[in-house]
Amino acid sequence: MDPDLVLLLNGIVSGLLLGGLYAAAATGLAVSFGMLDIVNIAHPALMVMGAFSVVLIGTALGLDPLLVAVLQAPLFYLLGILIYGVYHHFFEKRGEEALQGLAFFFGVMFIIEVGLVMAFGPEQRFLDPPYAFITWRIGEIDLPLRMLAPALLALAALGALHLYLKRSFTGLAVAAVAQDAEALRLMAVNPVRIKRLAFGLSVALASIAGGALVVVQPVDPSSGQIFIGRVFAICIMGGMASLPGCLTAALLFGVVENVTATFYGPSWSPAVAFGWLLLVLAFRPQGLFGRMA
Amino acid sequence: MSAAGERGVEAAVGLGAPRAAPKLLAPSPHHALFWLGAVLLGAALVVGLRLIGNEYGYFAGYFILQYIVLSSAWNILGGYAGYVNFGAAGFMAAGAYTAIALRKAFGLDLLPGIVAAGFVTGLLGLGTGYLTLRLRGVFFSIATLCLAVVLQTLIVNWDYVGGSRGAYIVRPREVPPFVSYGEYMFVVMLMLAILAVGISRTVELSRLGRGLQAIRDNERAAEAVGVPTLRLKLIATTLCGVLMGVAGAPLPYYSGYLNPEAAFSLAYAVNAIAMPLIGGAGSWLGPVIGAVLLGGLQQAATVTISSALNLWIVGWMLVIFVALFPRGIIGWFRRRA
Amino acid sequence: MDHLTRRQFGRLSLAAAIAGAGQVAGVFPALAQSANPIRIGFAMALSGGLAGNGRATLLAYQIWAQEVNARGGILGRPVQLVFYDDQTQPGLVPGIYTKLLDVDKVDIVTSPYATAMIAPAMPVVMQRNVTFLTIFGAGVNEAFKYDRHFNVNVVGDNMKETYATGYFEVAAMLPAPPRSIAIAAVDNEFAQKAAESARYHAKKRGIRIVYDRSYPPSTVDFTPIIRAMQSGRPDLVFIASYPPDSSGLVRAANELRFTPAIFGGGLVGPQLASFQSQFGPLLNNLVTWDVYSPEPTMDFPGVATFLQKYRELAPREQTDLLGNYIPPYAYAQMQTLEQTLTRIGKIDQAAMAADMHAQEFDTIVGKFRFSALGEWAEPRNLFVQFQGITDNELERYKRPGAKVILAPASLKSGSLRTPYGAAG
Repeated sequence: MDPDLVLLLNGIVSGLLLGGLYAAAATGLAVSFGMLDIVNIAHPALMVMGAFSVVLIGTALGLDPLLVAVLQAPLFYLLGILIYGVYHHFFEKRGEEALQGLAFFFGVMFIIEVGLVMAFGPEQRFLDPPYAFITWRIGEIDLPLRMLAPALLALAALGALHLYLKRSFTGLAVAAVAQDAEALRLMAVNPVRIKRLAFGLSVALASIAGGALVVVQPVDPSSGQIFIGRVFAICIMGGMASLPGCLTAALLFGVVENVTATFYGPSWSPAVAFGWLLLVLAFRPQGLFGRMA
Repeated sequence: MSAAGERGVEAAVGLGAPRAAPKLLAPSPHHALFWLGAVLLGAALVVGLRLIGNEYGYFAGYFILQYIVLSSAWNILGGYAGYVNFGAAGFMAAGAYTAIALRKAFGLDLLPGIVAAGFVTGLLGLGTGYLTLRLRGVFFSIATLCLAVVLQTLIVNWDYVGGSRGAYIVRPREVPPFVSYGEYMFVVMLMLAILAVGISRTVELSRLGRGLQAIRDNERAAEAVGVPTLRLKLIATTLCGVLMGVAGAPLPYYSGYLNPEAAFSLAYAVNAIAMPLIGGAGSWLGPVIGAVLLGGLQQAATVTISSALNLWIVGWMLVIFVALFPRGIIGWFRRRA
Repeated sequence: MDHLTRRQFGRLSLAAAIAGAGQVAGVFPALAQSANPIRIGFAMALSGGLAGNGRATLLAYQIWAQEVNARGGILGRPVQLVFYDDQTQPGLVPGIYTKLLDVDKVDIVTSPYATAMIAPAMPVVMQRNVTFLTIFGAGVNEAFKYDRHFNVNVVGDNMKETYATGYFEVAAMLPAPPRSIAIAAVDNEFAQKAAESARYHAKKRGIRIVYDRSYPPSTVDFTPIIRAMQSGRPDLVFIASYPPDSSGLVRAANELRFTPAIFGGGLVGPQLASFQSQFGPLLNNLVTWDVYSPEPTMDFPGVATFLQKYRELAPREQTDLLGNYIPPYAYAQMQTLEQTLTRIGKIDQAAMAADMHAQEFDTIVGKFRFSALGEWAEPRNLFVQFQGITDNELERYKRPGAKVILAPASLKSGSLRTPYGAAG
């Protein structure tokens, strides 16, 4: 095969796998930011917190990081409910959510990050499952399980969430909250309860994303920072409340980043990815896959 | 979306009334008095610090003053018009690197650097102004974040200003009329701070400010009643850009070395938002109070507690303040008064 | 007091902080002056990106201070460390140094960790004509040309011409002379200078550069870089990276079965215990820049004792468990200070600088002199190779044989194994 074609194919495949990780990180945000209108800028920090807890629990019990991530998700669900409680009490109820709520999550992000430094030190932590050292090879295409396993988990979580939102009554209610909280109230469903549940879910998803992150790379308390811009970008490009849109945007983002890195040098890949988002925002603010509101 | 709009209108009616009343009674907002007071206060600070005779005062002062400029700038767009700029660090760095580039190219010193930085970041601000044509709310914020990333990538790859290696500025050891370079830097930043606060106050009390508040409360309604929203927003974003740029221009001179990582530091973006919110966004005094309080606390914590703990305290401060004083310290006092 | 406890360390730093704070508020003036200690002030990254090495450096200083005080101090006075966390934010550094010099009135200042933090302190220090003994800077004084700046680091004056020399000496040991090289460097000062040196030597030796790119520190996936390198089929790979990306690059190289004759360069990361315990056998045959390895050729007097003490304290202080990277040099930096002060018999900034320019220093990292710009007159960039690593155990890195020195020739302790990826 033509070497350039091999490079391109591998760039695309590795971009898709990277996009899988981005999807894991962005799914929870698509729920909190996309559906609930809560600008949870602390989402990547919660993901890193999940990653630290995965490393600690996984190392202590000798369990697989992805398994731990799923097992600990209920705890993070409770944490999410707690955070939403505070947020709702102080900001949403008063109608202050836009600016003050943003500052609140900024503070939460800081508290989590610095709290992790104080508790565990600034060093990198890791927990490598045995499969992280295996690479499948299909023809000229490499599939490192280190990237593939988290991507598959992200897909599974996204799929489950999608089914839940489409099939179950509460799931439909979550989607409805995004559209019209008042109508929901008329149907005798308490929108606050629904939002609490949905926010809990988004934080649980952050914990799962944390597990995915541990498999991909070692984590330190500030690992979340480089994801902030990316996950918000993905949510917006995906058209906010749409999970398939979010997945597509995540995969595209990964592919653009990696193909640029392969052919034009990695220096420019953030500028290309974010510049692209800037253009999307300027000319198609509803996102690539969103419908006009 | 529409529900939020209605709430906005209610808020505008509810809040606008008491604030508008004194304005009607006093058509002249005492501009001359303010400028005189500000200059006197500034002069008193300079004299006071010289009497103390301690260099540290200048550095701690500079640290706080730069945040007064930065948060006042942020407040013009964020506090008055309700457009949250996440890219303060990007603007600040653009200003800093303009100063560096000018020095490299023409050997120009700090003061022309500041003017040029204001010009460049003003244009940048004008550009973001056009973004507001299409983008509202958090979309605008994310766009400014993207802008900062793109700018950082450009600077990192621009070898002329040092690229990722950073640029050195060897400053003179003496600046004649001043006792030290520290005092010189302090006085420059002090003048910028007075200017920034003055501009932000003038904007707040002028028709421009009222127009921006109308935009914040309900942009569509404002447009409907004939507020020239685009023009006002362009003025606001440009002003915001200019002031953020001039806040950044002295940075390379202050530290003698600047690399992109330091210039685009998250701390600037965080503080630019946190300080006005803590002090009270939407009023010119809010960012000043916030910057003095939070900046002072950070500086004090750096040299006393001196561990990760002090950042932790800043995080908690932010959360507790926005939770308990949603309209900032200013708002809290107004409510009690 | 043979063993420092964590609580004692806590007290030590607390005392330092109170002493600093006390002078501002005038609360505890007596505490700071009672013993008339020699106060050594510095900023150090205890949080933020550089905190890992910053904390290890601080621990080394504290061990030194405790030992010196147990011996009765310097010039009959105990030493006291006055330090503040710079949070890895260069913007805080000028303020901290002004505070140290003008408010705390420390007797001596030393530097924060690494170039980006040292440079902002330079103007402040220069304005007061204070002697500045720094740790692990790289070419800071090229711009400032300050004659009282001294830097403890192996890279020396002319990083462009000397840094990668050892790497190419190792390359010359290959059975067939290498014809091509791929270079990748992270976007930061040290790595860019390292890559520049590799470029310089490659050109000088007529080795073709088939790939030469920088990447941003925010890169998540490193497979595109490795794959693009791979497509150029280089004999040599020179990577200049920092810990987060070093691990990504090593992983990607293994996943893509990248087996150039020599893989390595100026990676920062493989020197650290966390990296070594994560990667284990994947490190085999990696050839990389280093500053210390417990090989017989580097068994300087005192270094083993120091490291033993450091390793006892490291777990509780949450610093690098082995201390094979920066700690011996941080300790040596303080020894340098001690030797100067003892020789001149007083605290005098001009005399200190004159002495440092003139004399040779004998420390736990060997003997060295300073050049005119205050760098090590003789650079000593080690290029080491990981050999015979079978698992993730850290014990082996305390003994010779795991990290063999290939260059410079004077410290060589083993022979090159090639290619990369063959032994793993």
